[in-house]
Amino acid sequence: MSESVVDLAAPPAGITSVPEAEEADRSKGVASEPLTGEPLVGALIADTGGIGAAVAVPAAPGFVMPDALKRSAEALFWPLASLLVTMILFSLMIALLGKSPIDLFRLIYVGAFADAFAWQNTLQRAAPIILTALCVALPAQAGLVVIGGEGAVVLGGLVAAMVPGALGASPVINLVAMALCAMVAGGIWIGLVGYLRHSRGVNETISSLLMAYIAMAVFNHLVEGMLRDPASLNKPSTKPIGDANMLGNIPGIDVHWGLSYGVIYCLVLFLVLRFTTTGYAIRIAGGNVRAARLAGLPVGRLIIGSCFFGGAAAGLAGMAEVAAVHGSANASLAAGYGYAGILVSFIARHNPVAVVPVAILIGGIGAAGGLLQRRMGLPDATMLVLQGMLFMIILTAETMYGRLKIFRPAGA
Amino acid sequence: MDNNDIGMWGILIAVIGGAIRVSTPFLFVSLGECLTEKSGRINLGLEGILVMGAMSGYGIAYLTGSPWLGVLVAGLSGCVLGSLHGFICGLPRVNDIATGIGLMLFGTGLAFFLGKPFVQPKAPSLPAIPFGFWSSSPQIKAALQVNVLFLLGIALAFAMHWAFRNTRWGLIVRTVGDSADAALAMGFSVRTVRTLATAAGGFLAGIGGSFLSLYYPGSWNESLSSGQGLMAVALVIFARWRPLYCFGASLLFGGAGALGPALQSVGITSGYYLFNAAPYVLTLGIMIATSSTKHSLAGAPGELGVIRA
Repeated sequence: MSESVVDLAAPPAGITSVPEAEEADRSKGVASEPLTGEPLVGALIADTGGIGAAVAVPAAPGFVMPDALKRSAEALFWPLASLLVTMILFSLMIALLGKSPIDLFRLIYVGAFADAFAWQNTLQRAAPIILTALCVALPAQAGLVVIGGEGAVVLGGLVAAMVPGALGASPVINLVAMALCAMVAGGIWIGLVGYLRHSRGVNETISSLLMAYIAMAVFNHLVEGMLRDPASLNKPSTKPIGDANMLGNIPGIDVHWGLSYGVIYCLVLFLVLRFTTTGYAIRIAGGNVRAARLAGLPVGRLIIGSCFFGGAAAGLAGMAEVAAVHGSANASLAAGYGYAGILVSFIARHNPVAVVPVAILIGGIGAAGGLLQRRMGLPDATMLVLQGMLFMIILTAETMYGRLKIFRPAGA
Repeated sequence: MDNNDIGMWGILIAVIGGAIRVSTPFLFVSLGECLTEKSGRINLGLEGILVMGAMSGYGIAYLTGSPWLGVLVAGLSGCVLGSLHGFICGLPRVNDIATGIGLMLFGTGLAFFLGKPFVQPKAPSLPAIPFGFWSSSPQIKAALQVNVLFLLGIALAFAMHWAFRNTRWGLIVRTVGDSADAALAMGFSVRTVRTLATAAGGFLAGIGGSFLSLYYPGSWNESLSSGQGLMAVALVIFARWRPLYCFGASLLFGGAGALGPALQSVGITSGYYLFNAAPYVLTLGIMIATSSTKHSLAGAPGELGVIRA
C-alpha cells in the first residue's frame, strides 16, 4: 500500500534537479508518515537522508565499521542519547522549581550506586524487576505484547506462601518446591494468555491486563478470607512461611538469592534465544508468524511456551519476594513490579541480557527516591516522573533507528 | 415502607446510586477512549491523564474557588497529555501500547509530584441535583443525588453517537480508523486526525478525573484512582466501540463496583473483591466468545492494530 502513496507523491525522477528531488523526497517522507509501522517508509526516509542527513557525520575515509559493530553501536547510542535528553529536560524542570539539578543527580548517584548500602538497596529492588521484565521480553520475542505480569507475581507469591505449610519438608526441599510451584502458577496464568491468543485470537495485551485484575481480586479474596492468618490483624496476610524457610542472602553482597535467579534466568534465555533452534524458531514466529507457519514451525507451541516461561519468571519473582522479603503473602506483593518490568523490557528492547543493567538502573532510580525526599524536600513521585519521562523519550527514540548515516549497514 | 429498614431494596437502591456516582469517570474515560480508538489508535495512558486531570482540577478549584474552572483545566491538561501521546505515536515505528504505559507512568508521576501541596486543603466540590426530592427515604435521596457531569456525560454519549453517523467529522474519524488507505486517497491526513482524536480523548479523560477529585470521592490524594483509566480499554471493547453502549457499560462497571460495599452494609462481607472483578471477567468472557483467529472483533475499527489477531 505504501508503494502507491510513493508513486502519487514523487515527481518523475528525471525531471527534477538533485536538491529539488531531495526536497520532494523529504516531503514525501513526511506525507507518508501516517503509515506508521511500514518498514518501507522508514527505509525511504533513511535513504533520502531525512532528519538524519543534517546530523550525520561521514565516516573517516579508510575506516569502515563492520555491520555488526554498527548495529551494536546504534543499539547503545540511542538509549544513551535518550538518557542524556531526559536528564537535560528533567534538569530544566527541577531548575524551574528552584532546585539544583546538579545536586539532584549527585543525590541519585549517592542513593543508588555510591556505596555498598546503596547498591544493596538498588539490587534488592532490581531483583524482582529483572524477572518481571522477562515476562514481557520472552513473549515479545515471540511477537506478543503481554503486560499482565503483575498477576503472575501475586499468584506465584500466593502459591509459594502456601507450600511450606502444605509440604512441611526440610527448608531446602520447601524452597525448591516453592520456586517450582510459583513458576508453574505464573506460567499457567500467562500461558493461558498465549493459549487464548493462539487458539481463539484473543488479543494478548488486553487479556493479560484483564487477567492481572482478576488475579489481584482472587489474591485479595483469598488473603483476606480463606487463607488469612488470624494473627495478622492490621495487614491481612497468609500464615508466615517460617524463618527456617526464608531465602538467605548471597554471601558477600547482602542481597537475597532472588537476584541470582533473575540473572541466571536472563542468561539461560539469552543462550536459548541466540544459540538453539527453538530460540531461532521463537524469533521467526515473532518476526513473521505467517513465514513461521509456512516453514512448518509449531507456532502454537512456541507462543504458548514463551508465555509460559515468561509467566514462570514473574511467578518466581513473587516467590522470591515472599521467601526473601515479606515472609508471607500480603498486599505488599502488588508493589507494581509487574508494571516496572514492562518499562524495563521495552527499554532493553526485549533483549534478556540488556534487561539486567536496565533493571538495575530503574531499581537505582527507585532506591534514590527516599534520599531525595529527605535531602531536597522533593516528593517521592519525583522518581516516577523521571522514570516516565525516560520511558517516553526512549520509546520516541525508536523512530530514529536507521536514520543516522553512520550506523547504516554498508549495503544500504 | 419503613424508611430505616428496607432490606434487599436497600441494596438495589445503593447499587443504583453507586452506579450513578461511580460510573461518571468510567463514562468520560470510555467515551474518550472510544473516540481515540475510532480513529484507529489505542491510548493505554488514560490512567495517567485521569490522575493528572483529578489533580489539576482539584488544584485549580482550590486556588480559584470555582470547581467548573477546575473541570475545564482538568480537561485541558488531559488534552495536552493526549496530544503528547498523539504526537509520539504518529512517528514511524513507535509502539503505541508501550507509549501508553509510559504516559500512564509519566502522568501519574507528574500528578503526584505537582499535587503534593493539594493533599491537605479542601477544594469546593461540584454541585449535584437532588432528583430524590419526591421521596422521604434518605436512602433514595442519597442515591438520586445526581451530579451535573453525569448528565453531561449522557448527553455527550448521545451526541457522539449522532456525530459518528451524521457529521462530516464523524465520517472522517471513522474512515481514518477503518482504512488509512481510503482516508489517504480521500486526501485526509491520517496522522492529524489521529492526533486530534487522541487529544480530544485526553480532554474527556481529564474531565473524568476531575469528577473523582471534585465530586466523588471528592478529595485529592495519591490513591484516588482505582484503575478507571486503565479499564477504559476493556470498557470500550465491552461496548463494541459504540458511544451509547459505553454509557451502559459504564453503569454496569460502576454498579458492579458498588455491589460490594452495598452488600457489606447489610452484613455480607465475603466476595467483596470478586464482585469488583466481575466486569473484568465479563469483558474477558466476551472477548473469548467473540474473538476468532479468522477475523477481528465485530465492530472494531479496522486499523486498530491491538485488536487485530
